[in-house]
Amino acid sequence: MSSLRGLVADTLEFSAVDGPGNRFVVFLQGCTFDCLACHNPYTINPCVDCGECVDQCPSGALGFTATGAVTWNPEVCLQADHCHAVCRYASSPKARHLAVADLLEQIRPAAPFLSGVTVSGGEATMQPHFLRALFDAIKADAALSRLTCFVDTNGDAPASTWEVLDPVLDGAMVDLKCLDSAIHVALTGADNARTLDSIARLASRGKLHEVRLLILPGRNDDPQLLEATGDWLADIDPRMRIKVIGFRRHGTRPTPIPLVEPSRKHLEHCADIVAARGDFSVTVV
Amino acid sequence: MQLTQLVNDAESIVTSPAIGYDQKVRRLAALAVSALRYPPLSQACQEALEKRIICDMFEGNRPYTPRYVLPDYAKALRQGVKHLELDPPQDLDDALSFLTILYGHVPSVTTYPVYLGDLDALLEPFVPADMTDAELDRTLRRFWIQLDRLLPDAFVHTNLGPADGRVVRSIFRVERSLRQVVPNITLKVDPEVTPDSLIEDGVRTVFATGKPHFVNHPMMVRDHGPGYAAVSCYNSLKIGGGSHTLTRLNLKEAAVRQHGGLEEFLATGLPMWVELTAELMQARITSLVEEQHFFADHFLATEGLIDINRFSAMFGIFGLAECVAEVLAHDGIHDARWGHDERANDAAYRIVERIADLVAARPQPYCTGGDGAAYLHSQGGIDLDEGVTAGTRIPVTDEPGMRQHITAAAPLHTHFAAGISDIFHVDETAVGNPQAMVDIIKGAFEVGMRDFTFNLADNEFIRITGYLVRKSDLVGIDEHGARHGSDYLAAGSERTFHLTERAVKRVGAHELAPRPSR
Repeated sequence: MSSLRGLVADTLEFSAVDGPGNRFVVFLQGCTFDCLACHNPYTINPCVDCGECVDQCPSGALGFTATGAVTWNPEVCLQADHCHAVCRYASSPKARHLAVADLLEQIRPAAPFLSGVTVSGGEATMQPHFLRALFDAIKADAALSRLTCFVDTNGDAPASTWEVLDPVLDGAMVDLKCLDSAIHVALTGADNARTLDSIARLASRGKLHEVRLLILPGRNDDPQLLEATGDWLADIDPRMRIKVIGFRRHGTRPTPIPLVEPSRKHLEHCADIVAARGDFSVTVV
Repeated sequence: MQLTQLVNDAESIVTSPAIGYDQKVRRLAALAVSALRYPPLSQACQEALEKRIICDMFEGNRPYTPRYVLPDYAKALRQGVKHLELDPPQDLDDALSFLTILYGHVPSVTTYPVYLGDLDALLEPFVPADMTDAELDRTLRRFWIQLDRLLPDAFVHTNLGPADGRVVRSIFRVERSLRQVVPNITLKVDPEVTPDSLIEDGVRTVFATGKPHFVNHPMMVRDHGPGYAAVSCYNSLKIGGGSHTLTRLNLKEAAVRQHGGLEEFLATGLPMWVELTAELMQARITSLVEEQHFFADHFLATEGLIDINRFSAMFGIFGLAECVAEVLAHDGIHDARWGHDERANDAAYRIVERIADLVAARPQPYCTGGDGAAYLHSQGGIDLDEGVTAGTRIPVTDEPGMRQHITAAAPLHTHFAAGISDIFHVDETAVGNPQAMVDIIKGAFEVGMRDFTFNLADNEFIRITGYLVRKSDLVGIDEHGARHGSDYLAAGSERTFHLTERAVKRVGAHELAPRPSR
């Protein structure tokens, strides 16, 4: 088994919202985007060991190594998350370098209850070789090989990453923050060229499980834009699974421009606009 | 009981504004039985009963019906019922009418039938090939409304599966559209036979109505043979048989009367308490069969629709969580909680294994259905149980994460042939992904769970134990009464435990028989 280590923000034993069936979820630390609407911003960057959170920890779970790196003791952590609140670098002292074998040990007892494993983030594809090694190990393990291996991604990965993952990837859920590149830059700090390319590439290989559209009222919900988005997606696969997701403030940082949570009715309206452009399977959450 | 007390109790029943006519009749009957002499017990057994260390579930001083009766409805449909002048039905309408009539004559401790048959298997042969699904739904919908209105008690239970079919699919559609309390439903799940899509249909029905309950079919068949059903509240028993009685041991009370630690409890405490509970059980079975002659007289027995050789009795235990804490405290261990700590879990497993061995080795009369012994049952509690956890559960609000919870509980399930309830509450995200619950149910059975029940954390339907009530049916129950008999029990539980107010993963549980007053 590979001795590669990945920088892991957290893991979740059971999840009903990260792909088909019940799934074990690995959240990797680090992201290529810096989204205004990010609901787990502490996963965006690796820790720089500034140490500002150490004194803030009410459970005394944080400390320093002899060389000044920040340490975290999960045994005494009360999960108050003051460290995340005070961090100026959109990071966390809790991310750990875990080996593939460490994750397999966590997955193994949960395996009877799972359809599969999803790697999310942060951005899952920022650590492609670790991802490949993890999925390789799952496929090679007799007790785990029936589990499907998915990524939940922003799609901002080069073609070479998908080449690395292709032999072991069963499906990808891709967030499309906005079809319009300029708006995309405003919302995420980066353009969407690689995301659009990834959607097309994954679909052509039958590995696009679904595309997720996050609706930010007043930002990316213009009807013409949504129509264009539906047309663009229908060109790729008119029967695509699309999930329309409303922005939720929970977990997000203060933003320079106000972000509004959409009503259910508005989300359904947006979904209807997209749905009319193809023969999609559209769900609203 | 003094005559004046009997008169006073009867007076308060007939004049109560809060219960209806049917409830009054049943409570008066229970009151009369409470005036009869109890079957003879040793002094030690008598004392333990009075202190409710052991308990007869308030079944009444003199049992004149088995607690739970599971008629062989398939046989009845084949041969007809002479006592009721019913010929074997020829078509679906005949079959539904036949069963409805027969239900009215099936006794149990609740006075309602606790088992309606495996209705999909019973009805499938009567569904004509040219009947559309819409026609089938209409027919079963009428039948379902009849069941709820004629048998208004949530202990009334049907079983479905493990095989797929038109009837089971129709019943789930009807259930989701009607959202009734009655009947309670169990889906038998065999991973080799039951398609995922049928389990998923069951999961979708849980989202709407809190039903069905899921059982591990291969494990049940191992213990009972293929002719079994889950009835009332998670009581798995033989079809054509049943359970004479349910007597239960309060493990918390047993443990606090014990000075030693775990080893002493296993060596001397448990054998004594198990024997006292078994003595109570034996006295009640003997009285039912030899004094009240139930099996000699009743048409279900004389026409071969039940067979005393397929009966046994249920030996219930509850309060395991407190028992474990108590005996470990005697050993100087104060920080080990059942479900969270290996020392506590090991103690829990050893206590239950010891009880299982003792119960299996204690002969009981007329219990051929259990190879001459009682079935072990993890008893879900009644509304009087304050400060003691139902059955062998991890206490409500102290449950670990779902995977850890299942893994801790599963090793106990093999011992409880007559059923064990661990109820899981899941959050609303599962509604968008029913396959996730299918995965968890199949995983739970793979790791050895026998029974699996879940409900949404915020559902109009709440499970009090195996039985369901609608929250809206509990409003104003003290003033104007309720339509379902079980609603009264739930109202008592709600007052005792504030079940509907708790922000918890799972509700408590209370199984109860009619009794004169509380």
